[in-house]
Amino acid sequence: MIFSLAIYAAPYSSQAPDTAYKFATALLANNHKIYRIFFYHDAIHHASALTTPQQDEPNFTQQWQSLAKTHKIDLVVCIAAALKRGLLNSQEANRYNKPAANLAEGFEISGLGQLLDAAVNSDRFITFGS
Amino acid sequence: MKKKLLFISRHAPYGSSLPKDALDALLAASAYDQDLSILFMDDGVFQLLKNQIANEINQKSFSAILPVLSLYEIDSIYVHYESLEKRHITINELVFDGIQVLDSQAIGVLLAQQDQLLSF
Amino acid sequence: MSTLHTINKSPFTHSTLSSCLQVCGNQDGILLLEDGVFGALKNAPYEEELSQLINQGVKVYALYSDVKARGINDKLRSDIELTDYNGFVKLSTEHRCVQSWY
Repeated sequence: MIFSLAIYAAPYSSQAPDTAYKFATALLANNHKIYRIFFYHDAIHHASALTTPQQDEPNFTQQWQSLAKTHKIDLVVCIAAALKRGLLNSQEANRYNKPAANLAEGFEISGLGQLLDAAVNSDRFITFGS
Repeated sequence: MKKKLLFISRHAPYGSSLPKDALDALLAASAYDQDLSILFMDDGVFQLLKNQIANEINQKSFSAILPVLSLYEIDSIYVHYESLEKRHITINELVFDGIQVLDSQAIGVLLAQQDQLLSF
Repeated sequence: MSTLHTINKSPFTHSTLSSCLQVCGNQDGILLLEDGVFGALKNAPYEEELSQLINQGVKVYALYSDVKARGINDKLRSDIELTDYNGFVKLSTEHRCVQSWY
């Protein structure tokens, strides 16, 4: 089956991000496909290139980058949720004259329509929130 | 073929930005020509009260935003009867006229009719 | 068509489980995970309502890694089945939709 996941919880603030990742890896291990992971609300922080967890902590950003690269999964971050929380790609950083861009590689900033698109184009759509 | 998508909004407005995020997602979704509905339950029913004036807490009032839904292609707006009752809210206190009030059993049936649930 | 309900909040502090139990249909499934596994404890809040649904045929599961993390393995009611992420995946395919209660 084709799955899409919506994640609304910030990394490190609750267990939801870890649950979402473990579920995603289990999906792939069971030969399902993942169409999109949509990061909305506080979950946009997953996509920051500046996340620097301790050695003995999971690195959610890297985990998703790795999984997405291997399995060709779309990692989409909601632009409205991202901008207000200080997550910008180069284009937005230039547009708003910000000193830096911090979107991690492998993630794409896009509109809320991608959330609906994921729900429409997947067999299963599951939300992970806190 | 159109899919039946139900947004479920369960959190109180203002204390969390999740309800506003849910509405933004619903409005964005209306451009996609699907069968969209929204269900308000639990503390989500507080979003529906008339006369909310939220400018002093630097937020947009839900009673001003919600009526906009009728301008978009939103099939149905539902509210959970038991959630209203528990909070002592009557239907005439709600900002919508055409809202469908469903009891718990009817909500179970509603969920079973959907193609996807968008949980907020 | 049936729904898989996932609950990640403790019934001792949230009424989330109660809300789920009110609308849960007889063909539906319930998965307790994260702090939601506290709902699988004997004598947890909404114990009766959960029993009623189980008697009506609803299958209730708890994610084992979350139970183990919280050290409550020996304190669970016996009519809840422990499962893992593979089980979670299977449940999500067996039911039409997933409602996340958080």
